[in-house]
Amino acid sequence: MLIACPWCGDREEIEFKYGGAAQIAYPTDPDSADDAAWARYVFFRPNPKGKMAERWVHSAGCRRWFNVVRDTVTHEISPTPAAKERR
Amino acid sequence: MAEPHQHPEHLWRNPEPKRAYDVVIVGAGGHGLATAYYLAKNHGITNVAVLERGWLAGGNVARNTTVIRSNYLWDESAAIYEHSLKLWEGLSEELAYDVLFSQRGVLNLVHSLGDMREGRRRVYANRLNGIDAEWLTTEEVKAFCPIVNTSPDVRYPVMGGTLQRRGGIAKHDYVAWAFARKADEMGVDLIQNCEVTGFDLEGNRVVGVQTNRGPIAAGRVGICAAGHSTVLASMAGFDLPIQSHPLQALVSELLEPVLNCVVMSNAVHVYVSQAHKGELVMGAGIDPYTSYAQRGSPHVVEYQLAAAIELFPIFSRAHVVRTWAGIVDVSPDASPILGLTPIENLFINCGWGTGGFKATPGAGWVYAHTIAHGQPHSLNAAFALERFVTGALIDEHGAAAVAH
Repeated sequence: MLIACPWCGDREEIEFKYGGAAQIAYPTDPDSADDAAWARYVFFRPNPKGKMAERWVHSAGCRRWFNVVRDTVTHEISPTPAAKERR
Repeated sequence: MAEPHQHPEHLWRNPEPKRAYDVVIVGAGGHGLATAYYLAKNHGITNVAVLERGWLAGGNVARNTTVIRSNYLWDESAAIYEHSLKLWEGLSEELAYDVLFSQRGVLNLVHSLGDMREGRRRVYANRLNGIDAEWLTTEEVKAFCPIVNTSPDVRYPVMGGTLQRRGGIAKHDYVAWAFARKADEMGVDLIQNCEVTGFDLEGNRVVGVQTNRGPIAAGRVGICAAGHSTVLASMAGFDLPIQSHPLQALVSELLEPVLNCVVMSNAVHVYVSQAHKGELVMGAGIDPYTSYAQRGSPHVVEYQLAAAIELFPIFSRAHVVRTWAGIVDVSPDASPILGLTPIENLFINCGWGTGGFKATPGAGWVYAHTIAHGQPHSLNAAFALERFVTGALIDEHGAAAVAH
């Protein structure tokens, strides 16, 4: 599988580490978050059959994190305007 | 053990779905079929349908590496897997079908001082739970499995191992077919090419399912869908802490008998056994990304083959004949989720990740109890979905002598 690093271009999958779903927000008010809210933040992640926004890090390359949209059925990766966002 | 090695012409009916059942099981894999069997056998509930979107036993029960053992560290895991192992020991008689359960021993190699401490601790924990477990020195490993490379002159020398002699392998297809045949005999409808597309809810209670073959009313519904668990749960309106990953496996060509037991190595990361027909069966860890594609990346296979050659130099001339993947449902603590859901009368059995095959009879047994009584069996009470809120995890990551 080729993965498009927004800084380095298409590279082999073995140069990357997987970072899971993108856009996971930290609880906005952590002091008042209850156990259920913490459970959702810590343990529950999107697991769609189809397009998924996710994080990868180019660990054997530029070592920077980025976002892609990958299809979990075809493994096709499409670029996203959010490629260089930090979350 | 009536029909060893024969394929009877007729193992089950292919009925049209009725419009209503007492219980609908979603997924005719090993766990779903075992659940249907024990619902009929243990609880007298025979007005049951098992709905399968593809063909019977075509998912992970057809794709796993068939290792059976119960040498888990934590009490909750040891109890449920040992219950399952005891059922395996009588399964061919029970189902009148030889499932080729072979207790040839499962050997877990250790390669570091940390491994040794963990392995010995697990041996003691297993014995306290009444599970057979032995610690082997390097020399004893060599004596038990002579083809393992125990030379000190390798990158990760074998420093000993743990052995569960009652562990082994079984013929995965026969297991599924045997459960299917007996469930069918007792009146369970096994319905293939029937995909669940939605759940009918009245308030917070499930009353039936929508399928590509029309609506089917149900008193109770049990999800048993491995990698597709979150897809079904989201149709019903609740979330599961499950990620679906490819888990790859491979076989060599058929060889003369060369490997007499199951060998697993966590540190070098491969597990291997020799199937009854003669092929070497190997597996390792999951691919890192989530997927529903039933295929993984070639470098994962390359790493596991490198590990296999390190441990077994004799395998270096064997050929890889086939590789494939199943989609496994991995939970945050690498333990199953088996019990109630936020929806009344809807039950969940998932999260077995890389280790579900060995649990087939045990999981079916306790899941049938859970569905029949509307309450978990004592063996699966700790595996409730609520544990991710209460924090009472059953953390078998790295504790289970297995490459999760």
